[in-house]
Amino acid sequence: MMKKNTQKGQVFKLHPGDVISGKWHRNEYSIIRELGSGATGTVYLASGQAGKVAVKAGHDSMAIISEVNVLKHFSRVQGKILGPSLIDVDDYVVNGGQVPFYVMEYLKGESLFQFMKNHNEEWAGILLVQLLTDLSMLHRAGWVFGDLKPDNLLVVGPPSRIRWIDVGGTTQIGRSIKEYTEFFDRGYWGLGTRKAEPSYDLFSACMIMVNLAVPSRFEKKKEGRQQLKDVVRSSPLLSNYQTILLKGLYGKYQSAEEMRNELVSSLNNKGRGKVSGASQTSVGSRRSTHKKVIKKNKRAFMFETVLLGSFLFIVYLFYLISQTM
Amino acid sequence: MEMKKGTLRQVLLITDGCSNHGEDPIAMAALAREHGITINVIGILEENSPEYHQKGLREVEEIALSGGGVSQIVYTTQLSQTVQMVTKKGMTQTIHGVINSELQQILGKETTIEDLPPEKRGEVMEVVDDLGETMDLELIILVDASGSMEKKLATVQESLIDLSISVNSRIGYNQFALFAFPGKRDDTELLIDWTPRLNSLTQAFTKISSGGITPTGPAIKAAINEFTNRREKRRLITGDEEEYSEGSGF
Repeated sequence: MMKKNTQKGQVFKLHPGDVISGKWHRNEYSIIRELGSGATGTVYLASGQAGKVAVKAGHDSMAIISEVNVLKHFSRVQGKILGPSLIDVDDYVVNGGQVPFYVMEYLKGESLFQFMKNHNEEWAGILLVQLLTDLSMLHRAGWVFGDLKPDNLLVVGPPSRIRWIDVGGTTQIGRSIKEYTEFFDRGYWGLGTRKAEPSYDLFSACMIMVNLAVPSRFEKKKEGRQQLKDVVRSSPLLSNYQTILLKGLYGKYQSAEEMRNELVSSLNNKGRGKVSGASQTSVGSRRSTHKKVIKKNKRAFMFETVLLGSFLFIVYLFYLISQTM
Repeated sequence: MEMKKGTLRQVLLITDGCSNHGEDPIAMAALAREHGITINVIGILEENSPEYHQKGLREVEEIALSGGGVSQIVYTTQLSQTVQMVTKKGMTQTIHGVINSELQQILGKETTIEDLPPEKRGEVMEVVDDLGETMDLELIILVDASGSMEKKLATVQESLIDLSISVNSRIGYNQFALFAFPGKRDDTELLIDWTPRLNSLTQAFTKISSGGITPTGPAIKAAINEFTNRREKRRLITGDEEEYSEGSGF
């Protein structure tokens, strides 16, 4: 029944210098180099009429069109641009076959791992806040990202800002997750379903942090729940955010905003007294202050008031002493 | 485009070698397709498998091709994600096929989704995605229990529980049945009767006594019969039956 079995075999490759043109819209793109490849196709840097663009060409027409649909929905999300914007969709006719492709905005930046190699570790928390801000907008528009992982993210800038580049897994809330990667999937760890709901993305967001701290994507042993807890507790970077990460991993947050707000206030408290982000504090001391700070905001405030009070009192004492001498 | 919702009938065949008993599995897969049943196949390779073994798995591709489904050859370690992916792709491909044949009725002989301009194609794809999510699913899983599979059954079990998580995250209603081949007495043995969830698997595989023969063809035939009987029973009860298949004339 099916005329062309586009699923099977023949991986289609383009090379630098190749020029592809669309059958429907007749636009031409000249391939510069390969940027990366995924399950549904390969992404190339190319130059078109509007300058540098990213071209994704695949062999599975259904998957490509499905992704295009998602990108179109993204452009309908009001206000900020979340994913790369869609420029063109077409087919390239070659050797009697037809290669579906789409063209999107080219985002220049560093991978998450590259970025973290060159920056202080407090950036991990800040990038997570940025990610949660975007997720919260996406969720409010009725979508869940799905396949959230470092490979699908990019840090652009300056100013440094996290952006997502591959939106192929984006799924309407209430449906089943379209695409996932085991390490970042709560179903794999036995910590929930694969239903598209905000908490699904929040789990993956936490696992991105885990992946930054432990670059090898370790496998699940018997009890996923306990294993992840142990990992979070034993890593210096992760234990900074222990309470928030465990809540995210265990599906305790109802929304990205809720998690974001807790993270922001924890980062604020941590950063207090430090002016420059470049000053590196020892991990140990930061960890010890962290626990008190999260839940005991009010008490910390009281404490500081008392401290300030006694400081003034001591100054006053010195003043009195100096007066008498 | 308004589509009538019905039931997707899929078979997931998990095997590690070539069949050596009973009917030709490729012919049985073709027969299944005529019944509106899609056959998806996963061939399991062991790391460092000998060359002849890899050749044997060519049968896997041919069964899926003739059964209108999807096939994938995989190492044991990646089984879970493959089982999930192949099932999902198989479902999409079936719906895709149905829509193609509807398009041909409307627009003429040689029109498929790929022949539509990208904008129209996007709209059709939304319908395909929609149906994949909301249609009811009846899935028969056929597990090869011949001697060489014995060590892999624990992984198979794990991957099927994982599949249950994925499938049950859909909006549509799901029913699973699990068969092993060869069975204790017959070529095929029913291990788990129709159930909405696969979490009761733990007991199932202990019942298997791995045999020497690989009756893949008879197993596919058994799956066809199971679907047919089930459909017949339901027709007696409800008096009508919604059809959703790529095959012709029913």
